[in-house]
Amino acid sequence: MLEAGAGTKSRHGYEDPAPVRWLLIGLAFTVMTVLVVIPLANVFYEAFAKGVDVYWHNLFEDEDTWLAILLTLKVAPVAVLLNVLFGLAAAWAIARFRFPGRALVTSLIDLPFAVSPVVAGLLFVLIFGLQGYLGPWLREENIKVIFAWPGLVLVTTFVTFPIVARELIPLMEATGSDEEVAAVSLGARWWSLFWRVTLPNVKWGILYGVILCNARAMGEFGAVAVVSGRITGETDTMPLRVEKLFQEYNLPGAFAVASILTMLALMTLILKVTLEWRTRRELEEAARSRNARSEAEPSDEAHRCAAPGAKSIRSAA
Amino acid sequence: MLDVNRRILPGFGLSLGYSLLYMNLLVLIPILAIVIKSSELTWAEFSAAVFNGRAIAAYQLTMGASFVAAIINLVIGLLVAWVLVRYKFPGKRILDALVDLPFALPTAVAGLVYSSLYVKSGWLGQFLVPLGFQGSYSRTAVVLVLTFVSFPFVVRTVQPVIEDLDSDVEEAAACLGANRLQTFRRVILPTITPALITGFALAFARAIGEYGSVVFVSGNMPYKTEIAPVLVVSNLEAFAYKQAAAVAVVLLAMSFTALFTINLLERWSRRKYA
Repeated sequence: MLEAGAGTKSRHGYEDPAPVRWLLIGLAFTVMTVLVVIPLANVFYEAFAKGVDVYWHNLFEDEDTWLAILLTLKVAPVAVLLNVLFGLAAAWAIARFRFPGRALVTSLIDLPFAVSPVVAGLLFVLIFGLQGYLGPWLREENIKVIFAWPGLVLVTTFVTFPIVARELIPLMEATGSDEEVAAVSLGARWWSLFWRVTLPNVKWGILYGVILCNARAMGEFGAVAVVSGRITGETDTMPLRVEKLFQEYNLPGAFAVASILTMLALMTLILKVTLEWRTRRELEEAARSRNARSEAEPSDEAHRCAAPGAKSIRSAA
Repeated sequence: MLDVNRRILPGFGLSLGYSLLYMNLLVLIPILAIVIKSSELTWAEFSAAVFNGRAIAAYQLTMGASFVAAIINLVIGLLVAWVLVRYKFPGKRILDALVDLPFALPTAVAGLVYSSLYVKSGWLGQFLVPLGFQGSYSRTAVVLVLTFVSFPFVVRTVQPVIEDLDSDVEEAAACLGANRLQTFRRVILPTITPALITGFALAFARAIGEYGSVVFVSGNMPYKTEIAPVLVVSNLEAFAYKQAAAVAVVLLAMSFTALFTINLLERWSRRKYA
């Protein structure tokens, strides 16, 4: 998406004079260094400040930290799975059909992004907590939602709710329904339609959504802080464990857990860039073969907008 | 073509039904519940929970710090987006990828690291604290960390617009005798203004709701460095559920207003600059 425009047409026009250029590049590097690079380096520096042994001990020989890591690894995949199912259903309904209220449903999907994580947690406390609407009934049935893992799953699903759907809806709209209509008229049943036509078309979009959704799910703090009750070793996820260690003045321990989360973030970025690069190449190839066929085709604007990442500005919020 | 779809393609009822059910259970009903819960308070109780001095100080800090952070992002975001699109230099792709780090990095990590960087013994604090710059346990700290978490918005909304700028127009301006600064102000800036506004508003809306990173750096002192989401949590920890719900409704109203304004601004600027 980035180099595509700049690479194909050489710019003979007016360019900024070299001193201005280097000044601005220098300023941008300074901003990024102070804002992003120094904090990134500091995480690893502080984590390893007391040596590798202490780092290792902080991660794997502190039982509560270890349990927090396991809990995060249990909660995040469930939330991701639920939201992928929703994303597929919503994208199918919205991108393939027209129905009254379609615009409303599309904009309602974004609603959780406008809700502060803390408020998101509170929503579920008010429903499932002891003082909540379902509280007395849950207590009689002896089901624990708040201060237990179901609550963590619920709020994590809530805060990551729009991410996959936001990736899939524009992607499915861009791929169009021609292939699917053709498959059905050739007699395909719904499952082969899904597995052989729809899914292959959107698989990279799903993967992209899963990566973003997972990063957000594993890193969520405010919402899970409200519903978890902070029971050490039971309902502490990794970000909550970071805060608890921080409050216990165990900074090397806090930074050790933070370093794992940071590596997760870096991996997410690498996967994201790789996927975007891949999609861009596929789109360019598709555009080239299409342009070869007909010069009348205006441009691949619609497809470019729908490439994974085009909407990432909001979905990562 | 689309009416044909419903007769040809399967699964309309199932997919729409499932989506609506899921969305209602997970999102709409809970949001409705909080409004009902806060309406259980009488008006006097509600305004006592929502408009007392501590709460008002918290809203002011939340709005003020978010606004300042969004303004800072407007400037540095435009700078980074411009440099990334217009210039070639070594390390460009890495720089571009790192822009998204604040989205990918858990907010607790951001809070933790920012709390250690700007204290007196920290990497940046050792230079800045002697100069009188208190970057931790202060309002400045809140602004700093909010700037970090909302940094990518302006870059990512402005970047594609700068890419699509037509260089012919700039050439024409240059040929007609405009210097570079004039070209930027008169030709480039008006074109990217809608994107700048959108990026600003998105960054602002994000900062209003932020909690995870701020609790680490601000010290959470009532009347001084306490933000509104922290107030919700401290109400909750005091088992004052209805009061917590009342403050939460105010927060919800603030962010919905921000989103609504974004939509209006986008429509307005598209019409004005189209």
